[in-house]
Amino acid sequence: MADVLAFENVSIAYDHRSGRQNILRDVSFTIADGEALGLVGESGCGKSTVALAAMRYLPRGMSIVEGRILVEGRDTAGLTDHELSRIRGNRIAMVYQDPMSSLNPVMPIGRQLMEVPLLHGETDEAAAFRRAVAMLEEVRLPGAAAMMERYPHQLSGGQQQRVVIAMALMAEPALLIMDEPTTGLDVTIEAAILELVRELRAKFGTAILFISHNLGTVARICDRIGVLYAGRLVETGNIASVFHAPAHPYTRGLLGALPRLHGGRRRGRLRPIEGTIAAADRARMGCAFAPRCVYAVRHECEERPVPMVPANGSDAHLARCVRLDAIRASAADAPTIGNDEPVAGDAPILLSVRNLTKEYKLGGMFGGTGKVVRALTDVDLDARAGETLAIVGESGCGKSTLAKIISGLLTATSGEALIGGTDVATIPVDIRPPDLRRQVQMVFQNPDSTLNPSHSIAYALTRPLRLLRNLANRDAKAEVSKLLAQVRLPADMAERMPHQLSGGQRQRVAIARALAGNPGLMVADEPVSALDVSVQAAILNLLAELLESSQLGLVLISHDLALVRHMADRVAVMYLGRIVEYGPVEQVFAPPYHPYTAALLAAAPTPDPDAEPPDRVLEGSMPSPTDVIVGCPFASRCPERIAGLCETTPPPVRRFGEHRIACHLDLDGTPAQPAAETGGRVGIRSSIS
Amino acid sequence: MLRYSAKQLLNMALTLFAVSFLVFALNELSPGDVARKILGPYASESQVDHLTVQMGLDRPAIVRYFEYMGKALTGDFGDSIVFRMPVADLMFDRLGNTLLLAAISFAVIVPLSVVLGVLAGMRERGWFDRTISVFSSMCASIPEFAMGVFLLGIFVVWLGWLPGTSPLRSDSGWAIWMQFVLPVLVVTFYDAGYLIAMVRSSMVEVMRQPYIRTALLKGMSFNRVVSRHALRNALITPFTVILLQLNYLVSGLVVVETLFAYPGFGRMMLEAALAKDIAVIEAGTLIAVSVTMLTQLFGDLGYMALDPRIRV
Repeated sequence: MADVLAFENVSIAYDHRSGRQNILRDVSFTIADGEALGLVGESGCGKSTVALAAMRYLPRGMSIVEGRILVEGRDTAGLTDHELSRIRGNRIAMVYQDPMSSLNPVMPIGRQLMEVPLLHGETDEAAAFRRAVAMLEEVRLPGAAAMMERYPHQLSGGQQQRVVIAMALMAEPALLIMDEPTTGLDVTIEAAILELVRELRAKFGTAILFISHNLGTVARICDRIGVLYAGRLVETGNIASVFHAPAHPYTRGLLGALPRLHGGRRRGRLRPIEGTIAAADRARMGCAFAPRCVYAVRHECEERPVPMVPANGSDAHLARCVRLDAIRASAADAPTIGNDEPVAGDAPILLSVRNLTKEYKLGGMFGGTGKVVRALTDVDLDARAGETLAIVGESGCGKSTLAKIISGLLTATSGEALIGGTDVATIPVDIRPPDLRRQVQMVFQNPDSTLNPSHSIAYALTRPLRLLRNLANRDAKAEVSKLLAQVRLPADMAERMPHQLSGGQRQRVAIARALAGNPGLMVADEPVSALDVSVQAAILNLLAELLESSQLGLVLISHDLALVRHMADRVAVMYLGRIVEYGPVEQVFAPPYHPYTAALLAAAPTPDPDAEPPDRVLEGSMPSPTDVIVGCPFASRCPERIAGLCETTPPPVRRFGEHRIACHLDLDGTPAQPAAETGGRVGIRSSIS
Repeated sequence: MLRYSAKQLLNMALTLFAVSFLVFALNELSPGDVARKILGPYASESQVDHLTVQMGLDRPAIVRYFEYMGKALTGDFGDSIVFRMPVADLMFDRLGNTLLLAAISFAVIVPLSVVLGVLAGMRERGWFDRTISVFSSMCASIPEFAMGVFLLGIFVVWLGWLPGTSPLRSDSGWAIWMQFVLPVLVVTFYDAGYLIAMVRSSMVEVMRQPYIRTALLKGMSFNRVVSRHALRNALITPFTVILLQLNYLVSGLVVVETLFAYPGFGRMMLEAALAKDIAVIEAGTLIAVSVTMLTQLFGDLGYMALDPRIRV
């Protein structure tokens, strides 16, 4: 039987006024019936183009200049629009990155699902309806029949993606293309979606082309993997052999740059890939990765096209590299493992937050609705000099609200946040005295939108120097070069404009800007989540170096547990505006766990094909912040809920030294208070698998 | 939705009340003596005083305001000094004429703009799109009076097919419907040019949305994607703007009405304003404001019907 999808030496180019740009070059792969192939690569590597080309749906100006794309043995080049529309949605279906925008906002989802069978041969509306309901049940959406009437905006992000998956499976296609299907979803939702994909794949036997920048998600779903760099496949092979014995320096670099969930604390360093991908790399005759490669030898790598060669003596594992032997002989690029010696705990406290609460009253023009959004409830934590305090939790848990209160962009309803003895919880940043303002500086997620595009880097750095430290122009100028050196940027960057910098360089500037005030505390809200893995590693190393060389305290807000494990000294796990677990990182990441922490850890995708899939996946989603919670905020989703107790009684805070967990479950496994209804003994899970 | 409408109607009544007060106060404060205006520059001072007392203009403004509002609620808006007839009758007559012109124009403009805008926007930068874009920006940039004079030159002076004025009287020698052709044409060219551009850019935006790609990659044909998935979404943004054209068509047609001697609302307001015919200005303003607010209410309701994401 023919392969479901085959790319044969496909090159795709984009023609524009200034010439032709290669998007894909000589890409070949096949996907057999029922097989799952993962394609990974960083932004701009061409992986989405592969998906669209398979669908024969290329943006205007892009065309296949070489090679063939075969769908079930048929070359798609000669197909008419009508023939293509019989393949699309029927033989190949697609799942997209952003489910909200992939669904028509003004059409009930039922109608959107029914369209698929009605387009592909079904004539009976009632039969199409039944099929849609059945498929919604397959993707585990509760109340499938009622769901049919809903509009996309009435569903949560996870539910929307389930609808998109149901829609893709409606015609039982031979191939499912998933383009970053879980990017932008919370980690527990992501885990649930990945589990669903695994199950559906087992049930329907659909082949999958799974495109992602996240090696962990690929490891969980796929049989084989292809690594794309600058439009070229640089390595393909079985998932196990590529992850265990990566051959191409780029693949090795990607794996080495990833923080690991089971690594040590930040005294270890990641191995970033030096340099950045350049537009010119696509046009190179030889290896596109050569300019960033430590093993590159000019005459061998750059002067002629590099073929795919067997990596470990087997044709199943290929790499596009001429220096494989030299690389194999060198040491593996694993990140250095840090030690986990406990933090001393005697560093001075920079920030002390006590009982911090933030409420918003919802109201319309004619008075309030009486509803109150509780964004933060009784938050307690300390940040110390020279340490990293990480705040983790899923979107809507209140972690960004907390950061904004600390930095004065929001004010708290009650409670206090002490910085150097001053309670700043209710002082907005514009009326904070300059010295206090200088004390707390922020680094934001997206460096593209935090730097004013019409001001030079020097200007962006000079302003805080003058405003916060009253430096005269000449002193400020000298200080700018010092700051740039501190974030490892060349001094001539000062005269550049933000658009002339890469994303990683811009984030370095944002960090330098924060350092300009010589702050005691730096609050970084998802500082690397907009960056590619290889760049992210360099930024994390920079932050770690800064912490070690100064008494700076870092409050790191992140949803990425591996990153937190790597960077943090202390961790606060937040859920629905409350801290459910808090303590030194090695204790929070080891049993006993709060059930929510356990679920987060189990859900986090790890780039290890041998890792067991999470044994349980959280159901449902976070309650609305307007809901009145009397008991434990996590009770509605907790797999170890004690009926009759958790929903009604606030959990006691259990302390093990500095480590504290707000939960009814006891360390030794007995409920804290005798619960009337519970028969069996339930305990905080002592391990995660 | 009912509650929302009731709330909006109440809002509207309050706004109208405030506007009536403002207009009254403004007229009161502006220089010039009403009695003097009526009697002309050659009347003696005692004649003016006599008329002032006779019209009750010597009493405090607040008393006169409430008296005016009391009468207004019964439909009596006083008499026009320019047109020498009750304002209510005048208003009824002129507003009727204008609404007729507005309705015909609206019925031509809206389908035309939607069809051309959608056809242009569905294939961005295609030949049809380029043609329509040039045409619409040309139409929108030629002022009404220039377009009017241009069309008059062709159809009246050169071809002699249509009447040059539209007084809406059958004794002018032209059938009434023929008197509508040129005013409607001028308004359509001017207004549709703008609306087509609006609909087009909204359609272009919608066609770039991922859900259009989703529909196409389901295997749906392009034309069906346009009619099933794009059309309704593309109309959401221009919908309010389309309804706002009613305001323009009711109270903004001064130039066209003047050009064609059309006995409409806009021209009446212009003449009243030039002659400081306070009673007409006050009543006219209230009507213009009511029209604006009503279209806004309908706009909001229609918006909700089109877009399920919007709920009150």
